[in-house]
Amino acid sequence: MTDISLSDNTPQLTALSTRVETARRAGAGDTRFRLMALAAALTVLAIFAGVIASLLIGSMPAFKAFGFAFITTEVWSPTRERFGALASIYGTLVTSLIAMVIAVPVGIGVAIFLTDLCPRSLRRPIGTAIELLAGIPSIIYGIWGFFVFAPWFQEHVQQPLIDVCANIPVLNVLFGGNAFGIGIFTAALILSIMILPFIAAVTRDVLETVPSVLKEASYGLGATSWEVMWKVCLPFCQTGIVGGAMLALGRALGETMAVTFVIGNAHKIDPSLLAPGTSISASIANEFTEATGELYRSALIELGLLLFVITFIVLAAAQLMLRRMERSKGK
Amino acid sequence: MVISRALYFRRRLANMVFIVLSVSAALFGLVWLTFILGELLKEGISALSPTLFTEMTPPPGSKGGLANAIGGSILMSVMAVAAGTPIGLFAGTYLAEYARFGKLAFVVRFVNDILLSAPSIIVGLFVYEILVVPMGHFSGWAGVAALTVIVIPVVVRTTENMLLLVPDGLREAAAALGAPKNFVIKLVTWKAARAGIITGVLLAVARISGETAPLLFTALGNSGWGWDLKAMNEPMASLPGVIFSFANSAYDDQRALAWAGALLITATVLALSVIARLLENQKRT
Repeated sequence: MTDISLSDNTPQLTALSTRVETARRAGAGDTRFRLMALAAALTVLAIFAGVIASLLIGSMPAFKAFGFAFITTEVWSPTRERFGALASIYGTLVTSLIAMVIAVPVGIGVAIFLTDLCPRSLRRPIGTAIELLAGIPSIIYGIWGFFVFAPWFQEHVQQPLIDVCANIPVLNVLFGGNAFGIGIFTAALILSIMILPFIAAVTRDVLETVPSVLKEASYGLGATSWEVMWKVCLPFCQTGIVGGAMLALGRALGETMAVTFVIGNAHKIDPSLLAPGTSISASIANEFTEATGELYRSALIELGLLLFVITFIVLAAAQLMLRRMERSKGK
Repeated sequence: MVISRALYFRRRLANMVFIVLSVSAALFGLVWLTFILGELLKEGISALSPTLFTEMTPPPGSKGGLANAIGGSILMSVMAVAAGTPIGLFAGTYLAEYARFGKLAFVVRFVNDILLSAPSIIVGLFVYEILVVPMGHFSGWAGVAALTVIVIPVVVRTTENMLLLVPDGLREAAAALGAPKNFVIKLVTWKAARAGIITGVLLAVARISGETAPLLFTALGNSGWGWDLKAMNEPMASLPGVIFSFANSAYDDQRALAWAGALLITATVLALSVIARLLENQKRT
């Protein structure tokens, strides 16, 4: 009743009070909305903290039993409940290293081809193909590697390689033993094929940020394509390419399914690169569901923790480099 | 002026070598990749049949289909995207709209990018610890949780990137008309960035539909399939999981099913990426 009389007497006042009311409600909605956004952002942090906490707690029993010797022992014996991570760490690092040695130069080559050498009409289709292939799930690489690549590799590359290297010192150890098909080297090659499109895509994006004035100026001075690329474009993109390569390394280190299929799952360090081995992620994927006993499971979780720490360091370094590049671009 | 022929020749030669090397790098990459896709098509198509979609995964030595695996994959992916998208959307909005330069935003951005590329098997261990151990058994819910953890960082990253592309003038204009901030975000910036955000969600779907490692110790696998929610509480089959367990099988039937599943997943992932790219290009023009 009072409301009506009020509005009869002073229409402006009512209009004002409705507006104030609307504004107040909108304000409340604003706070609610901001809090929801904040909560979602904090969820991301909570997941990260949760991952670290759960890995730390899960690996406690193994850490109590083996201490830091876990990292330096090669023995992995579920029956005797003695576990050491050295063979897994070795496999992870060596496969990723070989993969990077192959994929970085080839990936940069692909990117250079796409930005500078490829006929314009082919540029988009090839670029798209490479980007799509970066999205193929790793289990596909795994099943292909296991059924198609490993047998082919065994017959046509490993055996000849062993024969050729048989009498050359050093090489006869690195490429010695039997041709198994599967093994550290096979896993590394498949990893390199997997991260190749990734490196190519990142490098191409970075190369496209080179101002054309820079390139035109160097061509104007008579430089060849090679000189423009090597002395102007690549130095200009250095940080971005290194950052992208580190991201790829992060992927290679943590890659699970493709490696699990072809690495051979042997917890030992063999001087020959052709021998079966294992990696951190392959050990976890293969053994976790079958792991009986708290200590066994805990040792696998500690492996996961080690993998997380290694990839965290690599990815954090990659982040910082890419950020720095973005900032210098902003200037 | 003396032209050094030797130097000129050397530079030309270096240039030729450079061109040949990068062309062969591109060929090298394309050859492997066509090799993979070709083999996948060959093996996969010969294993395709209508019973794939109607029959359950078989015990060793008999014929069957992938119906339970396909159903499980779709169900878990849909639920994970439904759960992860709002969280990712809001977190991305926080980064782009509320705390662009704040300390907290810096930390969230950094952590999110780490989660984005962190090994997915770690996510599996995490969900195993927080869900499977307390519940006492593997379950479809745990699989959903693991996939959700993978969806969130993807959506956060694309949402933030897309919102940052929206010009500040739009925000200022809306604010000048008296719109409260949540209206500005909901009615102006989200709308302007819609295509980009949908692209991000599609990419997230593409990413999780091939994820295997995080499902191994969460959803595990199951040779049957129920159409009620109770099935979510049981171990659940997924396409990648079936591929993993059947690929090592000694039986031809199971190996053929693994190839068929691989083809299905790859086709899905590639189709999603193509749609995502088309959307993105549409937005640009």
